[in-house]
Order: sequence, then structure tokens, then C-alpha cells
Amino acid sequence: MSVASAAPTSSVAVSWSPKWITDRIGGVVLHIAVISLTLAWMVPTIGLLITSFRLPADIANTGWWTALAPPYKFTLDNYSQMFSASNLGQGFFNSFMISIPAVIIPVTIAAFAAYAFAWMKFPGRDWIFLALVGLLAVPLQLTFIPVTTEFVKLGFTPDKLTAIGLPPFIPLWLAHAGYGLPFSIYLLSNFFRALPSDLFESAEIDGAGMLTVFFRIVVPLSVPAIASLVIFQFLWVWNDLLVALIYVGGTPNVAPVTVSLVNLVGSYGQNYQLLTAAAFFSMIVPLVVFLSLQRYFVRGILAGSVKG
Amino acid sequence: MHQLWFKRSLILSLVAGLTAVACGTSSTPSAGSVKVMATWTGAEQASFMAVMKPFTDSTGITIQYEASRDQDALLTTRVAAGNPPDLAAAPSPTLLTNFAKTSKVVALNSVLDMSALQSQYSQGWITLGEPLNDGKLYELYSWVSLKGLIWYDPKNFQAKGYNIPNSWDSLINLQNTIKSGGTTPWCIALESGAASGWPGSDWVKEIVLSQAGPTVYDAWWQGKQKWTSPEIKTAWQTWGTILGSGDSNVYGGAKNMAATNFGDGGTPMFQSPPKCYMHNQASFITSFFQSANAALQPVTDFNFFPLPDITAQYAGAHVVSGDAWSMFHDTPQARQMLKYLQTADAQAIWVKRGGKISPNNKVSLDTYPDPLSKSTAQILVATKIAKYDAGDLMPGDMKNAYWAAVLQFAADQSKLNSILANLDSIQAKAYTS
Amino acid sequence: MDFSVLLTDLPTLVGVIIGVPAVLAAYIVGGEYLVRRLPDKARPSVRPWIWVAPALVLVTGFLVLPAIGTISQSFEDNHGNFVGLTNFGNQLGGFPTGGAWIAIRDNLFWLVFYTLFVLFFGLILAVLFDRVPYEKIVKSLIFMPMAISSVATVVIWKFMYAYQPPGQAQTGTLNAILSTVFHQDPRTWVQDTTPILGLFPLNNLAIIAAAVWGIVGFSMVILSAALKGIPGDLLEAARVDGAGEITIFRRVIFPLMMPTVVVVGTTLVIFALKAFDVVYAMTNGNYDTDVLANRMYKLLYQHFPSDYANASAVAVILLVTVIPVLIFNLRQFRAVEARR
Repeated sequence: MSVASAAPTSSVAVSWSPKWITDRIGGVVLHIAVISLTLAWMVPTIGLLITSFRLPADIANTGWWTALAPPYKFTLDNYSQMFSASNLGQGFFNSFMISIPAVIIPVTIAAFAAYAFAWMKFPGRDWIFLALVGLLAVPLQLTFIPVTTEFVKLGFTPDKLTAIGLPPFIPLWLAHAGYGLPFSIYLLSNFFRALPSDLFESAEIDGAGMLTVFFRIVVPLSVPAIASLVIFQFLWVWNDLLVALIYVGGTPNVAPVTVSLVNLVGSYGQNYQLLTAAAFFSMIVPLVVFLSLQRYFVRGILAGSVKG
Repeated sequence: MHQLWFKRSLILSLVAGLTAVACGTSSTPSAGSVKVMATWTGAEQASFMAVMKPFTDSTGITIQYEASRDQDALLTTRVAAGNPPDLAAAPSPTLLTNFAKTSKVVALNSVLDMSALQSQYSQGWITLGEPLNDGKLYELYSWVSLKGLIWYDPKNFQAKGYNIPNSWDSLINLQNTIKSGGTTPWCIALESGAASGWPGSDWVKEIVLSQAGPTVYDAWWQGKQKWTSPEIKTAWQTWGTILGSGDSNVYGGAKNMAATNFGDGGTPMFQSPPKCYMHNQASFITSFFQSANAALQPVTDFNFFPLPDITAQYAGAHVVSGDAWSMFHDTPQARQMLKYLQTADAQAIWVKRGGKISPNNKVSLDTYPDPLSKSTAQILVATKIAKYDAGDLMPGDMKNAYWAAVLQFAADQSKLNSILANLDSIQAKAYTS
Repeated sequence: MDFSVLLTDLPTLVGVIIGVPAVLAAYIVGGEYLVRRLPDKARPSVRPWIWVAPALVLVTGFLVLPAIGTISQSFEDNHGNFVGLTNFGNQLGGFPTGGAWIAIRDNLFWLVFYTLFVLFFGLILAVLFDRVPYEKIVKSLIFMPMAISSVATVVIWKFMYAYQPPGQAQTGTLNAILSTVFHQDPRTWVQDTTPILGLFPLNNLAIIAAAVWGIVGFSMVILSAALKGIPGDLLEAARVDGAGEITIFRRVIFPLMMPTVVVVGTTLVIFALKAFDVVYAMTNGNYDTDVLANRMYKLLYQHFPSDYANASAVAVILLVTVIPVLIFNLRQFRAVEARR
């Protein structure tokens, strides 16, 4: 049930009364506002989409909107050049190998920690939590050298890991987890804390243990929050370039698809129009993830959860 | 209940772990591999792979190639962490020289055949690779390029009866003639994202070399010649005469210079009517010309003449740049690869594909695929005073300040004194570390 | 494009997808198991640590230890000698245009405009979209820019801001609108330092706009999730009582969303202070658009050898500016706790 269905409809007011007219206009204004805002927001993206079907000469000399009028000079060149780029298939696979654990690990660990911060008392809890929020501000570039130096000392490099049969991406999973945890914990604690305490009390009375409460009550009720977090962490990892280059490198066997796509452009920036096609190609997977998680963004999971 | 969970999850994780281990591929024995890092992406990466193909075919050594335009950040981090690649190629030697100073790279005197090198390379390219002046070679140049090429459209020149200037004075005359004909003579484009300003810095350094000579030029990039000194100041002012007062000699003026990407800089030359007549840029710009205008053909539609000499004493002076290689791990495979890269055969492969010039004098001029690259190679071979790109030899923050100064000067030429004073203060700190 | 590689390595991928959650679940289940073996009294003091331990370990290794290293480095020079506040002097000297002051000023612009615009748009869009039946579609469209990598975002906005001299056909979207609809001269959006309203340089706002466009999806999604957490009964009750929509928003919806607004706002403020990608790719800080993170990057990677000392000082300045935000959060936190 969304707010819209709880909004007054014309069945209450008499037809053509001032209230009915205001409601109707309000409805129309709403739709106009929503649609025009969305269209304006999409202009840059539409520009990019159209540009990805144009030849470099046209892109350099005319604006993208001119392509919408005859003569129509569209081309699939950019896309075909992108697809014939070296290493795209392996890059795609590597991106999945990197992204999936790099999302599961921080989200799970953050859920555990957020649950503790929200519902357990322990000494120093507030200060540790505050420190975590503060850690959001640490610039990543300053952590690269200290951490990779330690990894190399411990022999925790992609080459050595492959040699003993483990996936070479483990350092990268841990890095993405470490960098993503402050925000994840911050977000999830906020949602966990918002759950009514009556829930926990009734559960305790019913004799449920911590694990049951966590897996059977807290997690299901926080699905919108967890879904949002999964989307963001996935996006951040999927589109990441620098962290991957630093922790596993850019060699074809481990490089994610972002590396292959950014390397379509020559070192002087030649063929930058290929990036327009690449941008849309790499958008597909995050959008699919977003759309498939959309169904978890529903209201009303809480309704009726606490019996009187 | 929980015990069941516990047992289940334990079993699951054991199974998963074992599967992962079992599926881990064991490396098949081979002739070894070399880890290489460079900035060649896109079409250049394809060319580099073509260069390496005969090598990998004949030796069986695999190349693990990493390309990134963020090479500075990446290589610095890797070296600091202790796992650099075996070989790295950089478009500017600044980073590699720094590694030589901190003993992170290997001296190549025992790696390469030095006598072959001496006979195939002009001494200038070898000395450039010995930045510590201790006779040890740390950088090997494989491909080079020439700067200070003034591009023009021969059809435009013919239409107006303009002649190619062969001296600085005739260049200025030509510039003034074009201007009085109602068009801006020059196209200059400075935008380049994080590196904005570098095309202008090319202008200034070419002027410094041709006007003040190689000794001043060397002292300048070494930080011993002040920016406020008369020679350097005059060079900037000379560039100011090219720009014209208020940048009136440049198409679109200051605003357009700052906002136009260097790759699009020369395109207005080919419009009809042309918006400008000349464009100073290195040889890679031809691929940008043809990308913006597929119908353009070399020689008929675009050609170049070298920037005329300013001072007769320093005639034939040119600014050059190149790709330098350094070795971080002395492995047999890396040695073989570097030796291969030094040979004329290897270098000729890329030369034939277009876009690079070889410093190896055994690469014959006929290898060059088109008349334009051939003439560039000829100039390079014949040049009497070849000096490496000064900006690339300066410390990183000096170079960045230089580029920023170009932007400031182009925006307001009257601020030259304060711009140079600021560069001096940076110079005072940049050369000590 | 060779996708055959997917087939050969698929078992590894599947193994990883199953193995990773299994390991984590085993950890927490095993941990609880151990806790249950303890006497009742000991449990509450041991249990929380088991739940937060993995997070603390990772965060300490990747963030805390390097941060401490950075802080101590900011008081040393590049050879490890203690130099007190010299690095800070370098960065903070020469007020108002020397050292890091331009970057600090620009970060303040980011702080104000980026945060406000993203919060504002995120909230408005979340509220408006909630009331239309095609919510999922428009939400996905607004979300799309988030799925675009920062490299592509810069490409898009470079097209938007492209400049041709006056009188020429414009290739940039904004300049085309300016010249055809408003009959104004085109502007060099990214290089122009003309102050808007006498205060804020145009190019800073232009770069901020590109970043805002990319991240509104983030605030919209989170605020929308919070909005949907408000029980429909509450709103029904308010309406039955005769309250108008705007009143309901002010008195019911917004206060209930406040904690989430604080979370999103805090995160955005920190992102604004850490802004880097878009600035680096568009101008590298030229034309008075420098920001602290970009300055730090230049000190680290465009100096040879890296100037860790000064880069650390800049990082510490950044961390210090975050402290007021943390204090605000602490207050909110305490207020929520008190209400429970």
C-alpha cells in the first residue's frame, strides 16, 4: 500500500466541487512535475546514448540533438569496436568474481555489527560507532601504500594466491569490504535502530535467541535498507577502477571490465567516443541488479508485525 | 536447532573451500613470463602487442601486460609496496629517473649489448638514459617523437598564395599577413583534463631552445636558470607575439584556447572558410585530424613544416620526446625482452604501423609508411641539436606549475611578471627533496 | 568477444558465491554457539564483540592503521624527522589564496551546494514518486546516472559543457540552449571563474552540478526506503483528521524521516569534503576549482618522490573538518537513545 492509495480520491468529494477540482488539478500537476523532472534529468543520458551511435567526425563538429533530424547518420561502429576489444569476456567474468563477494562480505559483516550497535550494550559502543562514521572521511589514496606493503610482506598477492589455488581476488574483496564497512554499518544501524523495541521484547518473551531475532525478525524487516545497501555497494565495486588496479593489477587474467573499457581510449585520448558505447554497456549489469532489487522497496512490511 | 544450522554451515563452507582449491588452476610449465606496465591503450596497445608477437612466438615467454593512464599513481604504489612489474615504459622519464635515484631500477649496462647500442643509437639518446651521470644506463628509449611541427592545410596556403616560412621573421610576417587578411593565423588548444596547458608549454620550450640555445635550455630544466631570467622571460614574450595582444592571433581568443581539448585544436583549420591557418603540435595529432574529418588525406590536405629557427647560432634545434623503459626485476625473461626491444627489427614493427619514430639508425627511412612520418624521421636524424622535452625532465610539481602558468599567461598576458615570480618560488623548493 | 572463458571458470564463481556466505554464516553461528556455552552473566559482555569483531578487524586494517600512520606522518618530513607543524604551515599559510585555502574554499562550496541539492532533490523525488503508479519506472530513470562510472560521467558533462566560439554552431547542450533559446553568448562553463551572485565561481558550480547529477539517485533511494517505512495507518489517521498534504509532510513525514535524513546528509557532507574524481578529470584543480582530495593526490603522485608529509597534512585538515559533523551525529544519536 503506497501513500497514493491512502490519499483522498474523488469518491469522497462531490464532483465539480472546489475540492474535487483542486484534487484533480493537484493530480495533473503532480504528474507534470514528475514527468518533466524525470525528462530534464535524463537529458545528459539521452545525449550520451545518441552520441554512442554517431561517428567521431559528427560528434566533434555538431551537437547530439542534430542527429535527431534528417539526414540520419547513425552507426554501430562504436559498439562493434568496443565488442572486438581485447579481453572483454574475461573482464566481464572478473568483474563478477570481484563484485559478488565484495558485496556479500561487507553487507553481511555490517549487518552483524549494526545489529550489535543498535541493540546491544557494550562499553565504548558510542565512541566506536562515532569513530566508524569518522572513518568515512579517510581518503582512500592514503591507505593504498601502507596496506599493499603489508600484503606484499605477507605474501598476499594475486600471483602467490593463484599459485596455491586460491582466487587471486581475495585482497581486493577484503579491501572493498574494509572501505565499504563504515557506510554500510552507518546505514544499517540507522534502520535497525528504528525498529520498535516491542518487537524484541515480545521475541524475548517467546524465548527466541539472538540469532533467531536477527535472522527471523531484524533482517526481514530491514529488507529495503539491505537492498539499498546491496545496490550501492555493488555499484561502487562494479564501477571501480583504481582500487582494483592497486590491489590485483591490470593484467588480463584479473582485470575487471572497467579496465578493459577505459583502455579503449588511446593514451592521448584518441577514440574517446568509444567510451560513450562503453558507458552504456557497463551500465547494463548495475541496472539489472537495481531493477531486480526494486521489488524489495515496498512499504508495509512492518504493519501488523507487533500483535497487540 | 542451532546445532543443525551450525553443522550445515560448517559442512557447506568446507565443501566450498575444497571446491575452490580443486578448481584453482595450476600453472602449466612454460618459458616464463614478463610483467610489463605501460600507458599504451586502445590502438597503441594493439601496436605494442604486434611488436611483441614475434618475440613471444619465438621464445615462448608470455607477456603479462598492464596498461593504465594512471601510471604515475599505480607504479608509485607498486614500487613502494615492493611488488613492481618487471619492466615499465613511460612517456616521460621523470618517474623512472626518480626510481633510479632511489635504487629501485636495475642498471642496464650488463643487460644490453652496449656496443650494439652505441653503434645504433646517437649518443644523445644514450646520455638521456643515464640521468645520474654515473655512466650507468637506467632508461632505454624505444620510440621517439618530434615536437615543434607546424601543421597547415596546403590547399589553404595555395589559395591565398602563402609561402612556407623558412625563418622566424618570415613566420611573423606570414602571421601578420594572414591577420590582415581577416582571419586569425593560429589555432591553439590547451585543455587536457588533468594536464591542461601542456600544448602551450611545448611552444615555450621550443622557443627557449631555438632562441636561447641548449646551454640555457639545460640549465632551465635542471632548475639552475631562473624563470625570471631575461632569456626565459623573453621566450614567454616571444610566445606572446605569436598569441598577439589579447590573444587576438588565436582563433576564439583566450576563452576558446582554454576550453578546447588539444585533440580538437587543429580541426578549425579544415573548415571552409578556414578559421585559422597554422597549428603547432606533435605528430600524433594526425589521427585526430582524420578522426574529426574522415576525408582528409596526408600531404594534400595536411602537411607540416618545422618551427623555424629563431637564433641562427642554434639552427636545427628541435625538442624531442620518447618512450623510456626501465627494469625493476633482473630476470632472464625481462633481459631477453629488453634486448629485443632495442633492436631495429622490433622497433620497425610499430614504425610500419604508423605513429612512432625509431631512434635506432638501422631502421631505414623506407620503413616509414607515409611521406609525413618519413619527413619527420628525416628531420630527427638530421637534427643537430636535439633536446628532450624540458617539462618532462623537470620535477613533477615544477612541471605542473609550468602547465598552470601557461593557462594563466594565455588568460592574461600582462600578468607575466607575477607568473614568473611564482614559478621561481616553486623552482626554489621543487629541486630539493 | 570471447565468452567461452566464462564456462571454464564457472565452477570457481559458483564455489565463491556459495562459499563466502557460508563462511560468514558459519562464523556467526559458531560464535553464538560459543557464547551459549558461557554462563548467563558473561554472555552480554562477550556477545557484542563477536558480532562486531569482523567489522572492527577489517576497518582497523584498512582504515584505522593507515589513518594513524597518516596523522603521524603529517608531523614529520619526507625523511621521517619530526618537524612539528611545518607541513600544516605550508598548507595553511598564505591566507586567502595561498597554500590549501583555495581548496578549502572550494570544498566549502561543495559542502553547501552539493549536500543541499542532493538532499533536496532526493527528498522531493522520493516524495513525489511515491504518489504515482509508475514509480518504479521513473525511479529507475533517475537512478541511471548512478550506474554510470565516474569516467563516463565526466565524458557526458564535457559534452554538456562543450564550447565553440560565439557565432559558431554550438556542440555543447547548455551552450546550444543559451544561444538558441536565450540568445546569449556561449560560456566556457568549466573554465569560467565569474562569480554567480557575486560569490560562487561558475565553474565550481558546473563541476558540482555534474557530481550532483550522478548521486541524487543515492539519496532518493535511501530516503524512499525510509519513506516507505512510515506506516500507512499514521498517514491515514492524519488525513482523516483533515490535515492537508503539505501539513502531513511537515508534521508527520519529515520528522519521522529525520534520522535517515541525518544519515544521508552526513554521508553527503563527507562525500563533498572528499570530492575528487570529477574535479580531477575535468580540471585537475585549475581555474580555481581545486579541492583538498585533489591537492592531496597531486602531492602524492605528481611529485617525485611523493610528498607524503604535505599530503598527510592535507588529509588531516580534511579529517579535522569532519569533526563538527561527527559531533552533530553524536547529539542526534543521544537524542534518539533518550527517546527509547
